Amino acid sequence: MTMRIDLPEETLAGVLAKAFGNRSFVIGLVITLLVVAVALVSFLWTPSDVTRLVIADKTQSPSHVHWFGTDHFGRDILSMIMVGARNSIAVALVAVGIGMGIGVPLGAFAAARGGMVDEALMRVNDLVFAFPALLSAIMITAIFGPGAVNAIIAIGIFNIPVFARVARAGALAIWPREFILAARAAGKGMTRISIEHILPNIATLLLVQGTIQFALGILAEAGLSYVGLGAQPPMPSWGRMLFDAQTRMVTAPWMAIFPGMAIVITVLGLNLLGDGIADILDPKSRRRR
Amino acid sequence: MTAYFVKRLIIAALTLVLASMVVFAVMEILPGDPARLMLGLNASADQVEQLRNQMGLNAPLVLRYLHWAGGLLSLDFGRSYTYSVPVIDLVRERIAVSLPLALIALALSTIIAIPVGVFSASRQGRAGDTLAMGAAQLGVAVPNFWFALMLIYLFAVWLHLVPAGGFPGWSAGIWTALKSLLLPAVALALPQAAILARVARSALIEVLNEDYIRTARAKGLPYRAVLWRHALRNAMIPVLTILGLQFAFLLAGTIIIENVFYLPGLGRLIFQAITQRDLIVVESIVMLLVAAVILINLIVDFSYAVVDPRLRGRQ
Repeated sequence: MTMRIDLPEETLAGVLAKAFGNRSFVIGLVITLLVVAVALVSFLWTPSDVTRLVIADKTQSPSHVHWFGTDHFGRDILSMIMVGARNSIAVALVAVGIGMGIGVPLGAFAAARGGMVDEALMRVNDLVFAFPALLSAIMITAIFGPGAVNAIIAIGIFNIPVFARVARAGALAIWPREFILAARAAGKGMTRISIEHILPNIATLLLVQGTIQFALGILAEAGLSYVGLGAQPPMPSWGRMLFDAQTRMVTAPWMAIFPGMAIVITVLGLNLLGDGIADILDPKSRRRR
Repeated sequence: MTAYFVKRLIIAALTLVLASMVVFAVMEILPGDPARLMLGLNASADQVEQLRNQMGLNAPLVLRYLHWAGGLLSLDFGRSYTYSVPVIDLVRERIAVSLPLALIALALSTIIAIPVGVFSASRQGRAGDTLAMGAAQLGVAVPNFWFALMLIYLFAVWLHLVPAGGFPGWSAGIWTALKSLLLPAVALALPQAAILARVARSALIEVLNEDYIRTARAKGLPYRAVLWRHALRNAMIPVLTILGLQFAFLLAGTIIIENVFYLPGLGRLIFQAITQRDLIVVESIVMLLVAAVILINLIVDFSYAVVDPRLRGRQ
């Protein structure tokens, strides 16, 4: 039996009504779904083929044929942004998965055991935090070679202590509660209590942190690709497009403007979604945000 | 209070030692022989072996770590494999660009964020607050290197107000040098200011709901005095925490921004060193930045005790 600490009035219909009355949540959800839709559509259709180079069409300014213009190889910027969305979403999603998959069990374990184990795990956490994430991501990709997979690992590693910290803090607040005491009295072990009672109760915290890390992951991936350590050409990626645009700011500013706006809109959507979820699930936070 | 400082100091020192072990271990498992790298492909095995002995590369692992770590303490980072000059000389030259850049960015971010946070918190829920926080929400989403490109486009390409990149050196005069650091600093600072403003606002709103604020108002203190003197000081702890984190982020952030503006700082140096496999330079810069982060966290921990006297009694 799973026990939750939901208040009685929090039925699904009630939560949904609250959700759709929350401006941040609605705008964030719409933007996020739109970006995901664009990425999915790109598998089936793009305005033009991103793998085909048409040198005759190079660095054309935006027109009714190429809405966002073309790059230095004559590729359609809009099509590249659509395909690039796949890369951004995939990298950030897997990186969050790595962070949650390893960080949450670690944090929950630290909270359950307490004492020396807790202290040791938190000191290791501090250690990872002492390495500026971007610097270490650059080192990891530089050592193991550039590429989307290594970028995912680099970003994922730095998500681990973040989720460990959130899971630990959340779990520590749940452990002293009476229903945990009841579960212990019923003879349930530490692991079972963590999975059956602690995890459901910190799921919302993790969801909020997940959307924040997802947004940060997209920014980090763009940064790594921008310095040439993320996705490799010909795979279109937003960061790489900005790198290509950098030396052409005078002749083809649209090459920089549109991919950057894609990043801003996506990250904005995710952040709004995270804020919205936090507001809906924790009315106290509305005051603070 | 002394116990609090001593405990923080010990934790910081411990973290630094552990971090140095991690960096050393990572460099140790990397492929590539520095001796062969220095001598080139035509060197004989004997020559390589001789140089390895000379560089102390054949000594036991623990001894090599102690030698390296001992060197770090006396700021002797060793010699660069590719430049054949002491790493400290390379680093010193580059810090003269990166550190001022990060400091200017930090100052800019604070100067913008605190007033915006105070403004928003004091007009919670009104139009000004909504507008400011909307702008902050947007600012958080902007990647600093893209913002940098847009700034270059606007101020350097269009308006010709500042150079688009490069650094004339401090010898060219403070103003000329500062001018070329201005755009990079703004590019670094604004996205950070957005985060800081949000934190400052939420910390202030939390504090403004406290009883002692009502008491201060009730005893007749003007709202502005309560806001700036009582509330802001109590809201400083989360703000300081974020400021500390941001300085670390800014130091690392200069790595990418320096590449956008072609600034000869630590970031450019580490990229060159990585492509040239000049590992001793890479590990020195990483250690330096990690030490800076730990030091900043320590300063933040100490400053908690300064702004919040209650912490001095504890622990």
